Amino acid sequence: MLVEYTKQIQEAAKRLLKEKKVDCVLGYRQGTIPLVDAPYFAYTEEEVDNLIWSSFCTKNLANFLIKRTDRVAVIAQGCVSRSIVGLINENQVKRENVYILGVWSPGMVDRFKVMERVGGREILEAKEEGDKIIVIGEGFEEVIPKKEVLRQNCLTCVHRNAVLYDEFIGEKGEETGGGNRDMVAAPWEKLSIDERWEKFTETFKDCIRCYACRNACPLCYCAECFVDESKPQWCGKTQDEADVYTFHILRAFHCAGRCVDCGACESACPMGIKMRVLTSKIEKDIRQMYDGYEPGMELGAVPPLSVYRPNDPEEFITP
Amino acid sequence: MGYKCLAKDKFSELVEKFTKEQDVFAPIAQGLEVKWSLIDDPSKILFDFKNTSMSPKGLFFPQTECLFEFNNNKDAEDAFILKETSPLVKKRTLLNIRPCDARAFSILDKVFMKDEDSLDVYWKDKRDKTILIGLACTNPCSTCFCTQVNSSPFGEDGLDVLMIDLGDKVVLKDVTDKGEEILKGLEDASDEDIKKVEELKKEAESKINANLSMDNILSREVLEVYEDPFWDRLYETCLNCGACTFYCPTCHCFDIQDETKGDYGRRVRNWDTCMSWLFTQHASGHNPRGTKKHRVRQRFMHKFKYMPIKLDGDIGCVGCGRCIQVCPVNIDVRDVIKNMNK
Ligand code: SF4
Ligand code: SF4
Ligand code: SF4
Ligand code: SF4
Repeated sequence: MLVEYTKQIQEAAKRLLKEKKVDCVLGYRQGTIPLVDAPYFAYTEEEVDNLIWSSFCTKNLANFLIKRTDRVAVIAQGCVSRSIVGLINENQVKRENVYILGVWSPGMVDRFKVMERVGGREILEAKEEGDKIIVIGEGFEEVIPKKEVLRQNCLTCVHRNAVLYDEFIGEKGEETGGGNRDMVAAPWEKLSIDERWEKFTETFKDCIRCYACRNACPLCYCAECFVDESKPQWCGKTQDEADVYTFHILRAFHCAGRCVDCGACESACPMGIKMRVLTSKIEKDIRQMYDGYEPGMELGAVPPLSVYRPNDPEEFITP
Repeated sequence: MGYKCLAKDKFSELVEKFTKEQDVFAPIAQGLEVKWSLIDDPSKILFDFKNTSMSPKGLFFPQTECLFEFNNNKDAEDAFILKETSPLVKKRTLLNIRPCDARAFSILDKVFMKDEDSLDVYWKDKRDKTILIGLACTNPCSTCFCTQVNSSPFGEDGLDVLMIDLGDKVVLKDVTDKGEEILKGLEDASDEDIKKVEELKKEAESKINANLSMDNILSREVLEVYEDPFWDRLYETCLNCGACTFYCPTCHCFDIQDETKGDYGRRVRNWDTCMSWLFTQHASGHNPRGTKKHRVRQRFMHKFKYMPIKLDGDIGCVGCGRCIQVCPVNIDVRDVIKNMNK
């Protein structure tokens, strides 16, 4: 838990509830197991005492705003605020219904990286102290520099401060995570087609189609997802490779020009599948092909793939 | 009936006896995960592990299973005539299955093999041809709560043999006649070994400190639990993904699909999940579980209320804790039980 932040968030939340500016405050509560803190709605000042902020807040809270009709204050770091902007632009969330408590994110922890560090042994407790994570299990205690276990998307993040907010909590911090996103966004680009296919199948072979990735994503709000449609049935329901791969490829394309690389999909996956290899490549392509466009940076911006213009770039279309 | 004993270095010989005629499955390490695998090399079999990440239910109820095939050419002589899929050819043994997971199978037997009229032949075939040799948990996970749901780290329900790891040797206890047959010829365990087993059992049980009670859930009126206001808060952050249900050893919902390609056709069943809106969507457009709240409530009501009513008191949960570990938003079944048990 980041104590100072937690205190400031609780103060702001109490004030907003007391002043009746909002009906509830959306943040995180401490998880019942280590490394997983839980999205949480606080409706009363007492409930605000449960709100925390930590390096284990790995979901995208914007996702929980969709379809709500009450006024919600939401804690949002860079990516989450960008998702909110995206949802406002796509008419899924009303600007006047959200009160954004902007924060700076020091980066969130990838629990699979932590599990790897301790060789898969059961972790009974995880704490954070400054830039270190301390994990404790039966007969071991490991101190891990946070930087070494950050989520990949947090390492290459370039907008760590909220971009849209009604109130900023704490000081603004360094915008970037330090990593070079262009270097890592498309790890397969240099490979031959065969090697790419091999990497692709290796990445997705363990997918159990639980759809946690899809359901954790603030972009996947379609009333009926293409994998659920039956007339026509775009995608089979089985565990056959073709069905599993179709799901992932199509989902990634649906996120083109909209994905803010928040990493919620990867963090939600119980199998530890790194499906961002698809969306981060698309994110890079969009940036490079559409004049540096980055989704969620501006209210009113039009996502590049949602409109057609006769002079759209098309050099990448191979006949 | 009784305890037998086998030196660990002789264990491979026992396994090899099985692998000659059977398919042997056991948990092995794969990267960070412990997974059920077909065993070709007995030395890979794990003894020191918590539990497999996915439960072994897929070995009896595969995530995708072809039920039958047919010729999709309407002009063919055998057009649309059901062609049975072949039953299991080889017998199988599951080694080192945890007692909670074995118990899940005996609960599911009551669902899939309730009576002759509703017999699931696919489930039965695999159950009949598989021997379950369990490995007692001497060191349960922090998320385990089997003792609170009629199970135990040394539970025998559903097993043919229960093994207890004593380090350089294993103690084996036959639970069924099949189990007795397997253990024939093995040395009897010494009194000292049996004492050690008792100690380990007590120790393991004492490590489970979930402190849950089911009494009130079972005695409260269905509607009272159903209408409890706590559901209004519980569902708020659920993603309605299928992670909890797919990992759960006792969740057993499925969806049936006909697939065709040219002249080939097959009927497959796939795991489904009550968390999905599609699961209950009617062709009319009506959905009896139309909201997220309905769906979240259903999963827990089914396990802790409807199943005990329908299955002579058997709870639809064995306390393996997998759903706690995989839920992306930390919806913790232990908290749900506490709330339902008010
Ligand atoms: S969350 Fe993981 S396992 Fe589930 S569908 Fe997505 S990639 Fe597959
Ligand atoms: S695809 Fe993944 S990284 Fe992109 S917005 Fe959705 S959850 Fe975030
Ligand atoms: S409900 Fe959870 S704890 Fe109970 S058997 Fe299923 S996965 Fe295990
Ligand atoms: S309880 Fe958790 S794992 Fe289950 S559907 Fe909801 S979010 Fe997914």
